[in-house]
Amino acid sequence: MFRYIFRRAAWSVPTLMLVTFMVYIALRIGTNPVESYKRINPRATKEKIQEYIDINGLDPNYVKGYFTWLKNFLTGNWPRSIKGSREVWPALKDAMANTLRLGTVASVVGIFFGLITGVFAALKPGGRRDIFFTTSAFVGISVPPFISAILLQLLFAVYWQRWFGSSLFPTSGVYPAGHVGFNLFLMLKFMALPTIVVAIQIVAIYSRYMRSSLIEVLNSDYMRTARSKGISERRILFNHGMRNALIPLVTIAALDFGSIVGGLIITENIFSYPGMGLYFLKSFGEGDFPLLMPWMVVIVSSVLAFNLLADIAYAWLDPRIRLE
Amino acid sequence: MKNKVLEIRNLHVTFDTPSGPLEAVRGVDLDVAEGELVGVVGESGSGKSVTFLAAMGLLPSMARVTGSVLLEGEQLIGYTPKQMRSVRGRLMSMIFQDPLSALNPVHRIGAQVAEMLQSHQHLTNKQANIRAVELLDIVGIPQPEERARQFPHEFSGGMRQRVVIAIAIANSPKLLIADEPTTALDVTVQAQIFEVIERIQSHFKTAVVLITHDLGVIARFADRVDVMYAGRNVEQGTVDNLFEHPSHPYTRGLLASLPRPGKARLLPIRGFPPNMVAPPTGCAFRTRCDFAEVICEENIPELQPFGDLLTACVRANELPKVWA
Amino acid sequence: MPGSTQGFDLNDKIESTYSPRQMALRRFMANKAAVVSCFILGALTLFVVLAPFTARYGVNEAVQVPPNSFLTPRTQAWLGTDDIGRDLYSRLIYGVRVSLLIGLASGLISVTLGALVGAVAGFRGGKFDDIMMRVTDLFLAFPFLVSLLVVRNVLGALTWLRPITGDMSSVRFIIFLFGIFGWMGVARIVRGQVLSLKEREFVEAARAVGASRRYIIIRHLLPNSVGPIMVALTFSIVGAIIGESTLAFFGYGPQAGDGATSLGILVGTAKGAVLTGFWWLAVFPCMALTVIALSINFIGDALRDATDPRLDRGAK
Repeated sequence: MFRYIFRRAAWSVPTLMLVTFMVYIALRIGTNPVESYKRINPRATKEKIQEYIDINGLDPNYVKGYFTWLKNFLTGNWPRSIKGSREVWPALKDAMANTLRLGTVASVVGIFFGLITGVFAALKPGGRRDIFFTTSAFVGISVPPFISAILLQLLFAVYWQRWFGSSLFPTSGVYPAGHVGFNLFLMLKFMALPTIVVAIQIVAIYSRYMRSSLIEVLNSDYMRTARSKGISERRILFNHGMRNALIPLVTIAALDFGSIVGGLIITENIFSYPGMGLYFLKSFGEGDFPLLMPWMVVIVSSVLAFNLLADIAYAWLDPRIRLE
Repeated sequence: MKNKVLEIRNLHVTFDTPSGPLEAVRGVDLDVAEGELVGVVGESGSGKSVTFLAAMGLLPSMARVTGSVLLEGEQLIGYTPKQMRSVRGRLMSMIFQDPLSALNPVHRIGAQVAEMLQSHQHLTNKQANIRAVELLDIVGIPQPEERARQFPHEFSGGMRQRVVIAIAIANSPKLLIADEPTTALDVTVQAQIFEVIERIQSHFKTAVVLITHDLGVIARFADRVDVMYAGRNVEQGTVDNLFEHPSHPYTRGLLASLPRPGKARLLPIRGFPPNMVAPPTGCAFRTRCDFAEVICEENIPELQPFGDLLTACVRANELPKVWA
Repeated sequence: MPGSTQGFDLNDKIESTYSPRQMALRRFMANKAAVVSCFILGALTLFVVLAPFTARYGVNEAVQVPPNSFLTPRTQAWLGTDDIGRDLYSRLIYGVRVSLLIGLASGLISVTLGALVGAVAGFRGGKFDDIMMRVTDLFLAFPFLVSLLVVRNVLGALTWLRPITGDMSSVRFIIFLFGIFGWMGVARIVRGQVLSLKEREFVEAARAVGASRRYIIIRHLLPNSVGPIMVALTFSIVGAIIGESTLAFFGYGPQAGDGATSLGILVGTAKGAVLTGFWWLAVFPCMALTVIALSINFIGDALRDATDPRLDRGAK
């Protein structure tokens, strides 16, 4: 087991390098960092431009440039943002913290309700409750997040204010302008709408998967064996049903990491929530190579880490998997 | 006659399907006496499994069950789910067709046996585990202590069926229902499984119902036989009587289709089993029967004493005698 | 709900008299949501194709002389007007027209590409298959919007592609972008189908009589994958339509400059309209997009249930 985890973890290093190399090339072609620099800093001298090229590893030769970038990245010699005004790490760190908070709350809420509705739907397939939950989940995955975001904003912020004098939830930011320090109540209030938008997607995804997975398990022979033992329905459902139904969901959780982050990016942008998504869209729009590359490294690492975690969890949950 | 363990009277089971109600069991009568091994024979779809799943209360909720099932004199039809649970696994238990899927893949063998023990007896985990290992030993699993800690996928098909048997006999039930216990297994393993069942039956004085389509198995192990066709009994009697002078045309057909040394040709029964959504009027077998007359269309024949047997054929007296 | 519950396969007894295709059609028609969706989409398509008759104004035509901006819904403008006084109802018709075109065209491109790659990868197996699957896995694990934006920019920066893809702000470019972007999901579905098909007897038989690889793929594997391919097509179409809207929403979509509009452009303006409270500019385009996405998804879901007999084992 440990050897397997170690080997998988070791493999993710070359994978990470390969993927970041591909991302590097894509960004070089797609955002043309040197031109972006010249555009944003029109009065930059030749030396300034050369300095920017050197520290960012923007050599015309992609391979050479990539390794320059990698060396600087690993040794902590991180360049400043394209305008030279911002340190990358503090900006990235704040964005990560904000997104992690939003993503975690939304995931916990979303997975919880998703699993519950999925189970209720699966217990009586074709029943009224099933049809309600299934249809809702279907609408949930069909409606893109920006639409639910717009409609929620319209309802709870704008029209609520018109009807009742003050808006129920604010539409942007983490704290009101000028606020300093930590305030849990304010933070939750500001997080409410974006959390709902992201959670809708998660509830819908998990509800559907949970339902089909559990229905398959409930129809299996070993459930009949369990029932023939005369044990309580609750024990049958949890100890035999859920225990098996959750196994495939683990893989799905890892695969859907990307789509959840995607939803976060969109949501953050609409609510001006200063997280990874807003960070990305802003720096991508400006062709800010020094900000973009570390962001990509974080995302690629998380994708790989989630896949690894899913594999480990899968093996842990399912004794049939032998890790050799 | 010895005490009756199971007494089924006029049992009907109907499934609601989109094409209308499907009556899978249409008035079955059957007795099983203490310590007796009764074989139930019939083609697939003859209702033999459904009859006993109904007795166990294991049918899905879309099934409607009427009639009478007496277990040790207690009427089971109309029992609440809770009452049914206390009967299942304690007074009667069941061995299923496919041992490969009958065991929960994520639980250890020992735990699956212990669960059955603890659901009906007040045992500590330790006591239950010790008893589970003893049971595995009884059904002939070598190194039961080690094997108890393994998972189902580490067992062969035959070994898994032994585990299923160990689970079924854990609470020394009065009645053991074996639903085609060897269909999914190799021929060489089949005999071993039947030996285990036979040993348990003689050792614990358990009444056994053996559901099968294999007449050879019946001839070798059963005391009495019940032949089913299209959801009804067509003939009942002791093994010797039935095999020597079968009187119902269907039983005759079954025996004629049996391979025997020195027999040049097998005589299959012509035609196909009836569509149970709309079974033929009168005797369901008449469409395939060589002796069918107009009278066979009129009434559904009831079991009548005929010689040493009970036969559900209105023309039983008129048919030529066979001497097998 | 029928189906196999604990070993009773009632469906087998009832449905065995129909051919697989008839059974698929029956199952599809039994899905009310999908049938209704078909009607809605059909009506909508007819409605927008006949835009010159159904729309009340031109794409960029103002409703009346100023002041005509931000009019609430009224008889002159059923769904209200935008900032420069154009009729939202008419613009919605033209926008849906463009969006459906984008969905259909790029869906067809990605299905063609994906089916071919998926069939070859599944049939040949080996290194090609390994690499294909690794790449698609990784790509699909990536946040959708990030890869979409990066691919968009890379595609736009490749000047030698210009003659085919057109300018980055054109509808043609968007079609090609989603055509190229969407093939991976399709390839994965088709590959799975081909993998299970190629072990089947009729493929073995074709191989035994010496049929060429290409012949087997084109004559046996692809026709038998029609079900999954159709399902993949619906997903690609809906992916492209929503994707276009998402891009436009963030300002990376087709530009309104050449007089055209799309659902994405209309939804994009909704972002500003929300905070100022011009609800009609947000609600109607969002509703149109939702109805389209839902309808296509319902159809796709029903197609999958209908053509994949495995799935209807209770898991419907």
